[in-house]
Amino acid sequence: MSSSTQAPRLDGSASGLPSEPLAGAGGVLSVGGPTGAGDLPAEEALAERRRPATGIVDRRLLFVTGKGGVGKTAVAAGLALLAASRGKRVLVCEMDAKGDLALAFEAPACGFDPTEVAPGLFAMTMGPEASLRQYLSLQLRLPRAAVLGPVARMFDFVAAAAPGVREIVSVGKLTWEVRERHYDIVIADALASGHVTGLLSAPQTINKLVQVGLVRQQTSWMLDILSDPATTGAIIVATPEEMPVTETIELAGRLEKETTVALLGVVVNRVLPELFGTREEKVFEALSAPAAREALSKSLGGEPDGLLDAARWMVRARRSRASHLQRLRDALPDVPLFYVPYLFLRSYGMRATRQVAAALGQELES
Amino acid sequence: MASKEIVVVCGPGGVGKTTLTAALGAMAAVSHGGKVLVVTVDPSRRLGQALGLQPLHRGQQKVPDEGFKAARVAPKGELWAELLDTKAGWDALVKRHAPDPGTARRILANQIYQDISERFIQSHDYMAVERLFELHSEGDYDLVVVDTPPTRNAVDFLLAPERMADFFSSRLLRLLATPYRSRLADAAARPFYYVADRVLGTKFLEQVAEFFILFQTLSDGFVARAKEVERLLADARTAFVVVSTLETVPVREAEEFLRLLPAKGLHAGGLVLNRALPAYLFDAGLATRAAELVGRSGELARALSAAGAPLEGFEAPLIERVLVELAVNFDNVAVVAKREAARRAELSRAVGVVAEVPELADDVHDLGGVLEVGRRVWSQ
Repeated sequence: MSSSTQAPRLDGSASGLPSEPLAGAGGVLSVGGPTGAGDLPAEEALAERRRPATGIVDRRLLFVTGKGGVGKTAVAAGLALLAASRGKRVLVCEMDAKGDLALAFEAPACGFDPTEVAPGLFAMTMGPEASLRQYLSLQLRLPRAAVLGPVARMFDFVAAAAPGVREIVSVGKLTWEVRERHYDIVIADALASGHVTGLLSAPQTINKLVQVGLVRQQTSWMLDILSDPATTGAIIVATPEEMPVTETIELAGRLEKETTVALLGVVVNRVLPELFGTREEKVFEALSAPAAREALSKSLGGEPDGLLDAARWMVRARRSRASHLQRLRDALPDVPLFYVPYLFLRSYGMRATRQVAAALGQELES
Repeated sequence: MASKEIVVVCGPGGVGKTTLTAALGAMAAVSHGGKVLVVTVDPSRRLGQALGLQPLHRGQQKVPDEGFKAARVAPKGELWAELLDTKAGWDALVKRHAPDPGTARRILANQIYQDISERFIQSHDYMAVERLFELHSEGDYDLVVVDTPPTRNAVDFLLAPERMADFFSSRLLRLLATPYRSRLADAAARPFYYVADRVLGTKFLEQVAEFFILFQTLSDGFVARAKEVERLLADARTAFVVVSTLETVPVREAEEFLRLLPAKGLHAGGLVLNRALPAYLFDAGLATRAAELVGRSGELARALSAAGAPLEGFEAPLIERVLVELAVNFDNVAVVAKREAARRAELSRAVGVVAEVPELADDVHDLGGVLEVGRRVWSQ
């Protein structure tokens, strides 16, 4: 990991502002200025930018977002495991410190410092204060004293009042990780629908509001990373139910209008199984007739009605969800959909994450 | 419910709160009479249509009688509905608390205010509570049923008035409101301004300062109001009905909420579990029969195939596939049901009344559907 040892100059004049951010990779992932030793040669960097990334996990930065409760953490964890299984060095980041990410890997609670939860797979949580501190010291190179304790808290509060400022810090951390190339891919389990466009459009928002100052300096290289579809993309997670589908459609629209991040696809989670084909359905209907039920009842030593009701419930539930799924398809005809089945498990730990990874692996192949 | 004047329907997002709110209000109008108002924060267009409301109408509107007639119900009272408008609510609040119209105008015109009035500290939550207070003071309704915003965290709604009051009396607000050019005092604050200047730039900070200077004039009014709102919430005539489904994330939020209610001296009126799975899924006898179906599937299929109508004409292997599928499906759904049962037990410990509304495969389309949901809740 490269870091600058240059002492920052804080004389308050514009020209005193450090112009070269931390040395790192060349090409799309750096701002102009001298490249350091070990950077990619210019032509290669340019070629990398032009060659579109083939698969979703070939990106360097993925935002996995969606309405609360649809399983975006499970999907983010599954994608992370999938990427790791393909030999990539992965950082998966939980933006909302709820602890679900640690549960998905059956690991002890994640902190701001990444923990290796599986070979080559690192997990972290974006706590607001820790990431702010790192941002202020590392990216803006302010003196340590200014960065700790009450001052950071006060700044955090002002940031809360000013749209985009807090989100800049989160996006800053993620894009910085991408730029520094510590990982092959960074996967952010991003805030639920309502907040995520604020997150992804933070650089533009800041551009509008903040005319000068160090924060303004940050936005252009961040925007470069976010806008490059070969580097960055968003995945929306939805379940085939009313509100998740409605919000997914809205979110897709807002992503396009308000941000520069490309929508790579929608993962439809918790898809219910199709019990019967056409012929099987006819058998099922015949089994529901009184004579058949009576015969079964005699053979089994008890009424089978509940078994038939459960099947009927599942058929109806799947049909209702299918109609919501159709609404999604109709509204977003050009967006690829990837399906993850409902997992009938007693609890959701590493086993579930592996199943999600396997399902996504198959979906992303085809 | 009959003795309450205010019912606040709260809980995590996406669990059907809005439908439940309408259902509770509709049932109250039907069974108990009087004038009932349902205040909804985020209605899907479907619910508005179901109630027969004009979509973009601000303010209160009466749910038309045609809906009740179509549902073959003669309500004892009247059902009204209002869509909560957060932005308009905030603007009204500013106008009310500002020391003079000039200040109000400057705040409303301030760039920062316009950007953040949607995002300001628990904006939607505070507005729902504030609106409730206003309606109660006006006294036009016998019962007001309030739907709460689908916030990230259900407890934010409860904490909104307190946070509002805290913010206005905080040292931080005074700090932020100190005119940029006259930063006397506070040696401790100097590093903050230093950092803020470097990071955000001078002009932005000036804008922020101006906003907070203006906003601070609202402080007394807001603090007093927030305290009154809290008193109303704690009143014995206010009941909190928590709605949740039995999925992981909603249950976690509902639990947190149920813990917070007594801590704040608020009355939990009950817990409504939406989209509950049917009880037969817990039947041990059925589970045994499912196992039998799998173990003896070939034999049973052949017997059914040979027995004449109604399965005559279907080959045994086809019947066998269906029998096994029935059993596997039952087991799958039973796993989910058991998982949910454990969560239900946990939640019920915190609250007395628990009502369940089954998974309704069809979404609610009309007032009849709304009333059907209401009947399920009321009958338990």
